[in-house]
Amino acid sequence: MSTASEATDPTNPTDPTGPKKAAKDTKATTATKTGAAGNGGAPPVRKVQQGRRKPEFTARRGFLIAVFMAPAAIFVAVFTYYPMIAGSQMAFRHWNLSDLTDTSWVGLQNFHDVFADPAWGTVLGNTGIWVIGSIVPQLVIGFALALWLRRRFPFRGLYQALVFFPWAISGFLIGILFRWMFNSEFGVVNDLLQKAGLINEPVAWLADPDTAMFAVLVANVWYGVTFFTIMILAALQSIPEELYEASALDGAGKVRTLFQITIPYIRVTLALTVLLRIIWIFNFPDLIFGMTGGGPNNETHIVTTWMIKITQQGDYGRASALGLVIVAGLLLFAVFFLLATREKREVRS
Amino acid sequence: MIGKESTAGRAAKFTFLGLWLVFTVFPLYWITITSLKAPGDIFAFPIAYWPENFSLENYSGLFGKADFGVYLTNSLIIATVAGAVATVISMLSAYVLARFEFRTKSALLMAALVTQMIPTFIALGPLYLLMTDLKMVDNRLGLILVYIAVCIPFCTVMLRGFFENIPDALEEAAMIDGLSRFGALFRVLLPVMRPGIVAAFIFNFVNCWNELFLSVTLMNSDSNKTVPTALNGFISSFNIDWGSMSAAAVLTILPTMLLFAFASRHIVQGLTAGAVKG
Repeated sequence: MSTASEATDPTNPTDPTGPKKAAKDTKATTATKTGAAGNGGAPPVRKVQQGRRKPEFTARRGFLIAVFMAPAAIFVAVFTYYPMIAGSQMAFRHWNLSDLTDTSWVGLQNFHDVFADPAWGTVLGNTGIWVIGSIVPQLVIGFALALWLRRRFPFRGLYQALVFFPWAISGFLIGILFRWMFNSEFGVVNDLLQKAGLINEPVAWLADPDTAMFAVLVANVWYGVTFFTIMILAALQSIPEELYEASALDGAGKVRTLFQITIPYIRVTLALTVLLRIIWIFNFPDLIFGMTGGGPNNETHIVTTWMIKITQQGDYGRASALGLVIVAGLLLFAVFFLLATREKREVRS
Repeated sequence: MIGKESTAGRAAKFTFLGLWLVFTVFPLYWITITSLKAPGDIFAFPIAYWPENFSLENYSGLFGKADFGVYLTNSLIIATVAGAVATVISMLSAYVLARFEFRTKSALLMAALVTQMIPTFIALGPLYLLMTDLKMVDNRLGLILVYIAVCIPFCTVMLRGFFENIPDALEEAAMIDGLSRFGALFRVLLPVMRPGIVAAFIFNFVNCWNELFLSVTLMNSDSNKTVPTALNGFISSFNIDWGSMSAAAVLTILPTMLLFAFASRHIVQGLTAGAVKG
């Protein structure tokens, strides 16, 4: 990529290398610039003693950082981290709404209860199906849409607005919408499938353990494709056109261009989006809560809806233990994921 | 441009785009049609894809039997205030995280990521006790404070990406011209960042508008309920009142959908910046 090409499109805010490089360069020279301003007698905001410039600058800098970070840090510490930590200690206590007189420490008993539950295996398996069955179609369809939406076509803006709106709806409400459509008696899905001759009699989608998970996944794919499309579309706009021109000159086909230029170029965004989405999908009981409530026979319970169920039974101790298991599992996963994608990222940047 | 498309390729592309559009829009169409049927017609065979008689009975029921207007107002106030305040606070933290190098920076970013992993339910009990101590249970201000905290981490990460795309030189020039750092931030950077800020606010607003579990826990009285809490009320009983539910669903979706439609350009632009930097 030549500097000339960067200069040709200074308005493009998405170019990842242009502004970044510029930003880095200026950052490197910031210190000297400030120094020069002080020495040269250019209007300094404050009189700076020679030789002691840097420490003072650092102190002011530290103060500024602290002041700017404080509101966010205080809010998150008080309303997110404090309750989580306070909730964590419940995991090591007997803490049941049915008997609040006894909140004694019970060590790891709650964790044992979580793992010893006969339904735990089912719940864990469901969680795996839920995450993989959601993320793969979301990623593939989202990618395809982004590739196509990248190029202009008539009514693209309108199409984009229409296709993006599922993201504005709450997971809980999506569960309700699809619960109504998959209704066994009055559901439109059965009606359409029967009209198309694909099924002979109505299917009890949400009552049948074999089909309930499928129905829930359809709803989640409907919801989640948008996020991938937006993120990938945004990242695609950062790929310089010259790369495509060069690859076309080399006679590379579409598939080769996709795998050798497009995907490697947006790898960082892709990896981080997938990581964020996996965490979100994992921590997303809302849709299932609204659609099946975990039924039938626990077949659509994932770990987070399972936690809701335990909470509703009043066993806060065990629910907190499960919560800690979830946070620990996700943390481990995130660390491994970031390590696994790190090497590639360094090569890229 | 990218190489010319073949006719077959174009056909496949537009077929797929068309099918996806139908699949995306149909659930919304269906809930709207359901809400416009007379309550008795909802459970009539054969299923009508275009009702013979349109009826607003489900909607009038919402405002007559239930206080849906109150819920909508509550949600509107809470989501607007929480979304706006969270955006402002996140702007400050995002600015620092984008512009300065300091030792605790990666720890702070990790702390933001970890908030996304915490299941809401682990914090519900202690949060309820905390809000009781602060005398803010069943209080709109209380819910606003909690929502601000919920919005900040993702909003900060998103806005940070946006700040990083704006060259330092822009504000340095402003500061050399005599503006303070605050002045440079507000008079020079913010106008450039408008799409990102709009996108961040909309994300916050939609998140707060849709939030269910915290609001169910913290809001007890009918006059303080938000829309999702009210929707949840429609299914607590054994049966779902699909007439009221569908009408309520349409009224819940409409505001956020309009917001998305008007601002979809801003959202893509705003996320464009955020996405590139992750």
